[in-house]
Amino acid sequence: MEGVPEVTFCPQAAVVVDRLTKCFGERTAFSEVSFEVARGEVFGFLGPNGAGKTTMVRTLGTLIEPTSGMATVAGIPLAPDNAVEIRQHVSIMPEAPGLYLRLTVTENLEYFAGLYGLHQPAARIRAALDAVNLGDRAGDLCGGLSKGLRQRVGLARTLLSDPVVMFLDEPTSGLDPVATREVHNLITNLRQSGTTIFLTTHRLEEAERLCDRVAILNTTLRTVGQTEDLRAQLFTKTLVVQTLESLGDPGRLFTGIPGVDGWRSDGPGSYVLSVPDPRRVAPEVTRGLVAAGADVVSIGEAKHSLEDVYLELVNEDVEARGQ
Amino acid sequence: MMSIDTARVRAVVRKELRDYRRRRSIVVTMIILPVVFLIEPTLTVFLAPAGTNLQVPLLLLLLIPVVTPSTLAAYSIVGEREQGTLEPLLTTPLRREEFILGKASAVMIPTLVLSYAVFGLFLAVVGIFAKSAASAAVFHQGPVLLAIVLLIPLMAGWAVIVGMAVSVRASEIRVAQQLGMVASFPPLVAVILLALGVVHPSVRVALLFAGVLLLIDARAVSLVSRMFDRERLVTGNRAARPGGTSRLWRGRSG
Repeated sequence: MEGVPEVTFCPQAAVVVDRLTKCFGERTAFSEVSFEVARGEVFGFLGPNGAGKTTMVRTLGTLIEPTSGMATVAGIPLAPDNAVEIRQHVSIMPEAPGLYLRLTVTENLEYFAGLYGLHQPAARIRAALDAVNLGDRAGDLCGGLSKGLRQRVGLARTLLSDPVVMFLDEPTSGLDPVATREVHNLITNLRQSGTTIFLTTHRLEEAERLCDRVAILNTTLRTVGQTEDLRAQLFTKTLVVQTLESLGDPGRLFTGIPGVDGWRSDGPGSYVLSVPDPRRVAPEVTRGLVAAGADVVSIGEAKHSLEDVYLELVNEDVEARGQ
Repeated sequence: MMSIDTARVRAVVRKELRDYRRRRSIVVTMIILPVVFLIEPTLTVFLAPAGTNLQVPLLLLLLIPVVTPSTLAAYSIVGEREQGTLEPLLTTPLRREEFILGKASAVMIPTLVLSYAVFGLFLAVVGIFAKSAASAAVFHQGPVLLAIVLLIPLMAGWAVIVGMAVSVRASEIRVAQQLGMVASFPPLVAVILLALGVVHPSVRVALLFAGVLLLIDARAVSLVSRMFDRERLVTGNRAARPGGTSRLWRGRSG
């Protein structure tokens, strides 16, 4: 996948979710959701507001109980007796970092180091602060920090316990582009160090850039996979052709080219061709256009973003509910 | 049997005390209230004519451990919830018993220090500066003095636990603090009965009352622990219970 270096996943899954359902009374937060997250993977969890993303994170983090279904987190079955052990092996950063504003950055982290029972907490705190580039703000009161810096303190807190799985719930929500980039860099570094990251986000370009695989949840799990595969599943491959002037008889021209399954006009001098293999068919199309005397401006494969995939699936749901 | 990790409890206590020290309003309130309750008995001892019954002013000192912690206790959980710090806390391995114990201890420590300090200061002032008759009248109230020594931690314990029980369920800090203050007063009924002479103060009565309050406090701690429902605190919803699995989870999740 573009922008994401290859990593090797451990075969044992970090998170296994099997037909998990959570209801609040009559309202279903998510239903019959199943997926796996491999160790060392950055797993994107996407969905519209109210889709059940945060509830899923809270459920896997043992904050709330599932209504039915099973799961294992960090290799530990999600069960009442294992709640403390699971929490010992995971860390969760909620959307709002939830810092004690009258305490300093170090004091906030000392508190959590104590709750995790960490050995050599001072060294761990230093390392966590260095990881988020906050070493020089260790003595500052959290109340005096900007939103971006507070978010970084929240991230440092999640790093403290060296968790097997890190749940990050909208970690870049409300951050400016510079702070967002810093969080992205941190996630990339964590990925390279083998930490499993479960990332819920609204930012599709963020998921596309950072995640090995994504799941799209809208109460039920709509899809899960690599973005490349999701694009292939949902969209036919197309070539976009631009000519200087409109073609005289585009139908005769395009249907005569081997490999072109169909075509449509997309404005003056612009055509979209359905093809099984854009790289193989593009030269044929170029030759056909040149032979027909057309002035070719550009020929390229149409790229569908993760946003296209997301909107396609979410719109399907909206339409289904409307019927 | 649930194991309690004392290191985690200490971490909660340390953080709470740190947080209190940084809140001027808390420090001022905690100091002013005991001073106010010190003034009345001191003035009575120094200004009242000889032969005045000193039980009532002495028992006023028992208001200190009741009033001082109630605001802090009521704030303890709903306050964390309102400032958004509760959820990150609940994601740690901290068990609910450890959380309750840590929070309660953090309120109890300054309350006991202040209550005993004020009581000690009162006795010292009376012993050194009061006329010998007045001083003797105070120091001859053996059962009352014993009751105060025994009841300070128990009254404080009641106020703290009741305040936290309200805090677990309250949706707003202000409501929690008002309810917590009101709910912390019932043990004072016994004090009033003593002061009005309905119950004659004696060592036996003091020990009996202390024993009953100790039992109630111990029971209340476990009750508050059971009221502590992570799901409700995080989402505002109580867990749905199809098939009874939720009850099982809530009862054992720590």
